Amino acid sequence: MKPLQDRIAQHVRSLPRSGIRDFFELVVGRDDVISLGVGEPDFCSPWHIREAAIFSLEKGQTSYTSNLGLLSLRQEIAKYVEGLFKVSYDPASEILVTVGVSEALDLVFRALLNPGEEVIYHEPCYVSYNPSIVLAYGKPVTIQTKVEDNFVLRASDVEAAITDKTRIILLNFPTNPTGAVEPVEELEKIAALAIKHDLIVVTDEIYCELLYGGSDGMSPGEHTSIASFPGMRERTVLLHGFSKAFAMTGFRLGYACAPTVLTEAMMKIHQYSMLCAPMMSQQAAIEALKNGAPEVERMRRSYAQRRNLMLKRFAEMGLPCFSPGGAFYMFPDIRKYGLTSKEFALRLLEEESVAVVPGSAFGQAGEGSVRACYATAYEKIEIAMDRMAAFVKRLG
Amino acid sequence: MDALLELLQNDARLSTSQLAERLGRTEAEVAAMIADLQAKGAILGYHAVVDPERAGQRHVSALIEVKLTPERDGGFDRLAQRIARFDQVTSCYLMSGGYDLAVLVEGEDLREVARFVSEKLSTLDGVLSTATHFQLKVYKQSGFIAGEAHVDERLAVSP
Repeated sequence: MKPLQDRIAQHVRSLPRSGIRDFFELVVGRDDVISLGVGEPDFCSPWHIREAAIFSLEKGQTSYTSNLGLLSLRQEIAKYVEGLFKVSYDPASEILVTVGVSEALDLVFRALLNPGEEVIYHEPCYVSYNPSIVLAYGKPVTIQTKVEDNFVLRASDVEAAITDKTRIILLNFPTNPTGAVEPVEELEKIAALAIKHDLIVVTDEIYCELLYGGSDGMSPGEHTSIASFPGMRERTVLLHGFSKAFAMTGFRLGYACAPTVLTEAMMKIHQYSMLCAPMMSQQAAIEALKNGAPEVERMRRSYAQRRNLMLKRFAEMGLPCFSPGGAFYMFPDIRKYGLTSKEFALRLLEEESVAVVPGSAFGQAGEGSVRACYATAYEKIEIAMDRMAAFVKRLG
Repeated sequence: MDALLELLQNDARLSTSQLAERLGRTEAEVAAMIADLQAKGAILGYHAVVDPERAGQRHVSALIEVKLTPERDGGFDRLAQRIARFDQVTSCYLMSGGYDLAVLVEGEDLREVARFVSEKLSTLDGVLSTATHFQLKVYKQSGFIAGEAHVDERLAVSP
């Protein structure tokens, strides 16, 4: 018999293990660790949302829903998206409810890419982009953004990366892991490129409610979606979901908004694989959209406060850190200590029991930084910052 | 100001330096804001929120519905203020609906509360009637759910 290892499909075998997974295994089982390595809110989903899910179960709503998702949910999504992104979509045919934005990403690449076609995206980035593209037989083409340039994705770099194989530009602002927000004028130039070269834009805007405006980061910023620019709606797949702003990661619920033909193509794959998103999650999501705004703002303010705390502490300990405009991550620059991001994170874990994620887990451009998530209790952040200060002092 | 109040309402133990860090302000600015809130009576005080059962305190509390005769000048104010001054009264509110004042009273035992109602409260001129409801169990107090500590069950490292 052939070794089982050889039975694994070639393109799966060649996928690297997630750097996050590696690091996770080092942290697991140590109970003294303060983790700044998480990628989700520390809040429970607001009670009224959980209560809606319970009510849905009590009513016995345990069946399949339409492949696209409950129409009532899609109607609420359409209203919400129009308010937030200034783009309108027809709930009947242009919105697909998915199992998290992760599923939507998978669907969009599988639906749009022929083998070997290229997707341009910016690093450092969310760990799933590369594998999602590779698993759809696409070719990832990365652009390295830099801390010196505030992790802005330059349209000139995008243009230089475009070939006759390019099909998609994938954007993620605010960005995981840097918290970067793209300047509107650069976004406009990227839109112009997409139109000029007839490309589809896939934009993952999962963190868009979590913006920190004003000098103290306390006021809600203004989000601009590339989908709202003239000529862009018809070539954009807008991805959003409930995990971050509504603190609903475990509900696994996201959505894709796109012109009917694209939505239909994604739905085709979705109906044969996932069939539909869980109904109780969809019911909870309706409640989230109808009544969740005050809680979202309350949580955003709380993140803003913790962001302030971390920024100040990093400055005090002499750790250079880009001031992030959104999400709930800091991406401090550790290059001056002469360690790789993995070495830095490992030693910080071993010597001070603080977990951060090595920047290299987010692509080559992440090397030289680590990701520290501030969606953690204040008291824990305060202790973690004291420990980190002692650590970097020793490094000199 | 709202963000400052929100922080203090959740945890009044925060020092001015902690508050300043979170609000992106200087300590002096925060101290001035707090002084201002106290001076205008927006902040009435600070205290720990205690679940007496778990703290092992001898403790009884009651909600008393009080009906009053309003006075020609000042309505309910004079009488309400007079009732509010008693040490046993922890909160006192003018209400709409079937009665006038909601008076929250605390004491070491049933007898102490009963004595307060019969000797002090119901004998006041202008008090028409009282209805006393004893509290049996605390589920939530001042925004805190009793007996429930939130356990962080998130994965330590996630994408």
